[in-house]
Amino acid sequence: MRGLSADRATLATVTNYAFQAEGLVKRYGKTVALAGVDLAARPGTVLGVLGPNGAGKTTAVRILATLLRPDAGRATVCGHDVVREAARVRRVIGLTGQYASVDEDLTGLQNLVLIGQLLDLRRGDARKRADELLDRFDLTEAAGRPARTYSGGMRRRLDLAASLVGRPDVIYLDEPTTGLDPVKREDVWGIIRSLIRDGVTVLLTTQYLDEADALADEISVMDHGRVIAHGTPAQLKHIVGGQTILVRPVDPDRLADAGAILEAVAGQPAESPHRGVLTVPVDSDAAFTTVVRRLAEEGIGVVELSLRLPSLDEVFFTLTGEHTEEVAAA
Amino acid sequence: MTLTKEPIVATSRAANPARRPFGLVRHSLALARRSLIKTMRTPEQLLDVTLQPVIFVVVFVYLLGGAVAGSQHEYLQFLLPAIMVQTVMFASLATGVGLNTDIKKGVFDRFRSLPIGRSAPLIGSVLGDVIRFVVSIVVLLGFGYLLGFRIQTNPGAALLACLLVMMFSFAVCWIFVLIGVVMREPGAVQGVAFVIMFPFTFGTNMMVPTDTLPGWLQVWVRINPVSDVMATSRGLLIGGPVAGPVTSTVLWSLGLLAVFVPLAVRAYRRRT
Repeated sequence: MRGLSADRATLATVTNYAFQAEGLVKRYGKTVALAGVDLAARPGTVLGVLGPNGAGKTTAVRILATLLRPDAGRATVCGHDVVREAARVRRVIGLTGQYASVDEDLTGLQNLVLIGQLLDLRRGDARKRADELLDRFDLTEAAGRPARTYSGGMRRRLDLAASLVGRPDVIYLDEPTTGLDPVKREDVWGIIRSLIRDGVTVLLTTQYLDEADALADEISVMDHGRVIAHGTPAQLKHIVGGQTILVRPVDPDRLADAGAILEAVAGQPAESPHRGVLTVPVDSDAAFTTVVRRLAEEGIGVVELSLRLPSLDEVFFTLTGEHTEEVAAA
Repeated sequence: MTLTKEPIVATSRAANPARRPFGLVRHSLALARRSLIKTMRTPEQLLDVTLQPVIFVVVFVYLLGGAVAGSQHEYLQFLLPAIMVQTVMFASLATGVGLNTDIKKGVFDRFRSLPIGRSAPLIGSVLGDVIRFVVSIVVLLGFGYLLGFRIQTNPGAALLACLLVMMFSFAVCWIFVLIGVVMREPGAVQGVAFVIMFPFTFGTNMMVPTDTLPGWLQVWVRINPVSDVMATSRGLLIGGPVAGPVTSTVLWSLGLLAVFVPLAVRAYRRRT
C-alpha cells in the first residue's frame, strides 16, 4: 500500500501522462466492476495492470479505449477526454483485445488493408503499410490465407499488427499472452519490447506475475475493481518486506553448519524450501556480507548463494491474502 | 521475428495521413467490401436466397395455381412479381441475424475503437448484403422464366421494378439491423424478425386478389405498405397501374430509413 499512496501524491501534480484515469467507476446492475480506479503512465513507459480474472482489468481498458463510458470518474489519453473527445482518442490508440480481434474470413493482408482504409490511408498506402507489418510480424507467407487457418500465435501477431496500422501513441494490450504456450509468449514479449523501444506507451493487462515483472516499468495491482497497490516491480517486492538469502552448500553434510550461521546472522531459523537449499529473510543487505564472510571462515563451499527480492507472487499473496489462480493451479 | 528493423510506430504524428473528406462513405464502402468478401468466402450463406424463391414458386404455383387461377401458367404471371418482393424482404432478414453474430466478435470492438463514424459498420453490413438481394432476384427471374414467366412490359420497367423492390428491402433491412443490435442472441433475432415478417408479406394480395378476403383482412392488406410494393412490382413487370404504388413505395422506403437508421445507430452506440 505504501507504493500506492506515494503515487497518488504525484498523480495530482504531474500532468504529462500519456494516459490517465482517475476514480473510474463502472457498475453493471448491482455488480461493481470498477470501484474508483486510478491508472496512469508516462509517455514511453509500460504500465502493467496485474490481477486475477474479474478484477476489472478489461473494463478499465474498455473505458480507456472509448468502448465503454464510465459511470463516474474521468480518463484522458494524450490529453483528450475519452468521453467528450472520443474521436480524437481513437486517432491515437491501438487496441488488442483479450481474444484476437481479427476477421477470421479475411486473409491477413485483407484484415490489415481494411484497418488502413478505415484509418484514412489511401488504398496503395494501406497496402504498403500492411506489407510492412506482415513482414515485421513474420506473416508474409501466410498473408494470403484466411485468418481462420492461422495458429494461435499467428493470430495474436496479426492482432498486434492490426493495432499498429495507425502508428498509435498508446497501445492497450489486454492479456496478450493468455492461452499461449511459453515459446509463443516469448515471441509476444519480444514484440512488446520492440514497441517499447519505438517509444510507444503501453498498457498491458496480465494475470501472469512474471509477465508484469519482465515488461512493466510500473505495476498497478487490481483486485475486485480496485487498485490495491501501485509501484515499480522492485517497490512492490519491497512491500512484502526485506530480502531473502539463499544458500546451497557444495557438501550436503555441511547444511546444518550453514543453517547455524544463517540463524546467527538473521536472528531466526532458516527454512529449507528444497533439498539441500536454505533460505532466511533478512532486513538489510549488510547481513549478506556477514553471511559470505562467515561461510568463508567456516570453510563451507557453496554452489549457490544469493540475495533476492520476493517474487511478485508473494507480493500478491501479501496484498490480498489469496493466492492467484496461477499459483492455485500450479 | 524480425525485430531489428526501423521503428514501426514512432515518428507517428508526421506519418499520419491528413484527414480525407467523405469519411463515412469511404469507411462504409470499405466495410461493405469486407462483408462481400465474407459472403464470397462462404457461399453457403447464399443458400437461403437461392433455394427459398425456388421452393416458394414451386409450392404456390403447383399447389394453389389450379384452384386460384384455374391455370398454373396464368397464376405464375400473377404470383411471381409478388414473390419477388417477399423473397428480397426475407433476404434482408439475415442481415440482422448476421450483424448480431458479428457484433459479439472482437473485430467489432476494433471497429469501435477506430476513428470512424458509428454508423459505418452498420451501413457497411447492409450495403454488403445488397448482393443477397441481387442473387435472389436473379435466381427467381431465371427460374420463373424456365417455368414460363414472361416480362410483359419492357426491360427498362423490369429493371426499375427490381431497383424499387431492392430499395424498399434496403429500408426494411434497418428494422432488422435495429433488432440485431438490440437483441442478445441470433436465435432471438430470427424469431422476432419472422414474427414481424409474416403478417407483412403474407398479409397481402400476393397469392389471391384482395376482394376474395374477409373484410378485416382486406383492411389490413390495404394498410400494409408491402401490398403497394407488390403492386409496383406487378405493374412494372406484367403491366397495370404504377403511379400510385410507385409513389407509395418510395415514400415508405424513405420513411422507414428516416426512422430506423437513427434508431439502429443509437442502439449500436449504446451497446456495450
